Amino acid sequence: MTTITPAPVPHAEGTGAPGRATIAARHLRTDRWWLQPLITVAVLVSFIIYSTIRAFENAHYFAEPYISPFYSPCIVDACEGNSFPKLFDGPSFISPALYILVIPLGFRLTCYYYRKAYYRSFWMSPPACAVAEPHKKYTGETRVPLIGNNVHRYFFYAGLVFNAILTYDAVLAFRNAEGEWGHMGLGTLVFLLNATLLWLYSLSCHSCRHIMGGRLNSFSRHPLRYKGWTLVSKLNGSHMKYAWVSLFGVALTDLYVRLLATNAFSDPRFF
Amino acid sequence: MTYDGKLRVWRGDETGGELRDYTVQVNEGEVVLDVIHRLQATQAGDLAVRWNCKAGKCGSCSAEINGKPRLMCLTRMGTFAEDEVVTITPMRTFPVIRDLVTDVSYNYEKAAALPGFEPRPRDADGQHRMQQIDVERSQEFRKCIECFLCQDVCHVVRDHEDNKKVYAGPRFLMRLAELDMHPLDTFDRRKVAQDNMGLGMCNITKCCSEVCPEGIHITDNALIPMKERVVDRKYDPLTWLGAKIGRRPHP
Repeated sequence: MTTITPAPVPHAEGTGAPGRATIAARHLRTDRWWLQPLITVAVLVSFIIYSTIRAFENAHYFAEPYISPFYSPCIVDACEGNSFPKLFDGPSFISPALYILVIPLGFRLTCYYYRKAYYRSFWMSPPACAVAEPHKKYTGETRVPLIGNNVHRYFFYAGLVFNAILTYDAVLAFRNAEGEWGHMGLGTLVFLLNATLLWLYSLSCHSCRHIMGGRLNSFSRHPLRYKGWTLVSKLNGSHMKYAWVSLFGVALTDLYVRLLATNAFSDPRFF
Repeated sequence: MTYDGKLRVWRGDETGGELRDYTVQVNEGEVVLDVIHRLQATQAGDLAVRWNCKAGKCGSCSAEINGKPRLMCLTRMGTFAEDEVVTITPMRTFPVIRDLVTDVSYNYEKAAALPGFEPRPRDADGQHRMQQIDVERSQEFRKCIECFLCQDVCHVVRDHEDNKKVYAGPRFLMRLAELDMHPLDTFDRRKVAQDNMGLGMCNITKCCSEVCPEGIHITDNALIPMKERVVDRKYDPLTWLGAKIGRRPHP
């Protein structure tokens, strides 16, 4: 038998608090606990960089009949061929994407899954289970600004409007470049997939689950809402998956439109 | 198949302690608790360990194995490589009594502070009636064996001793959710959850769900639904207005 002499406990807080087992190490995990937060940071930072560049680019977001989800609805008159009504007359030097992206960004920022992801990976609170966080104080979501995450349901409502708009865009994608209906290209599939993933992400949301029936105490008195709640609960089990896949979906759909708009690629037409 | 397993076990009490290395025989199919018992029987007769059922149902043998909160009786030695050093410590969130035994009084104090079940009056024939679909949601929470691994892993108290005064922890917030969802219960626990039990401290990082040996979806099915109920009461102006004008009574 050998003995590992303990190092002095560096902090009197947390697992070093008086009375607890004196173990100097911040954690004793032997697995690669850092991998998941690292991947989360890498993917989210990549998305933030890409979407910021695209949002400020203010160009290459329209290629008949497709419009980038970052710039939809087309609220200015820059959409080629006047396919979309001009809804907004803001300063032309401000990219319309900056107005539009507030809602999807707010929805994802306040999403219960993304909260877990960024609390763990960016704020390291905690970085992984049973790995000590570096902060001396912790107040959770009881103070400004994090208490603002409680408005998630309002971003959910607003997000549904955007889902409807992007679904409308997917329907418009059944036109050709001349605006004639009954045509389809690879972009149509891309848009349909993007809209479907966004609906799955939104409808699997925890707030949606609550609104649908979670707030009820008696399901037997509300059979329809119970069915809705049951369905949303099933989707909710895959909320994390939909959160990631729909994020990739939006970025790839935007990239697809950009490639078409810059003539780097031409849309394969099926009919 | 038998091999000599390498264990590193925390030995000590509230005045101090250290990790000690042992080599103990491990047989095929054994769990960590079996090996700890062999260590106790052959080399360390004074090793303190709390255990009871050896079947994952009593919640007594909670510890941290290679840094992860787990039940010793449900952790197979086969999950580790034969030459791997398996480190076993007491739960690091609670005061240690001796060796692998901790003082979990914090949990009992929080349990005692919870408002109890307040059922509506019985029906005219003296019965309480409810339907299965009304209670099956909270039946998941009844699977809890009170091993307190979720309390141990929750960083709100694990990393911040001071928060123990204001935060009940996932196990007891789940109990609040269970009662708040109960079809017969009449007490509105949303205010208690937020103001007295520290629900707002939870940042839903799901470690409680990850370590639960019963596989209870604590975060998704109890804590987040309870947070949403608190939003109804406290942060949602439309729901608040609906309740004020009588269009939305508490369900």
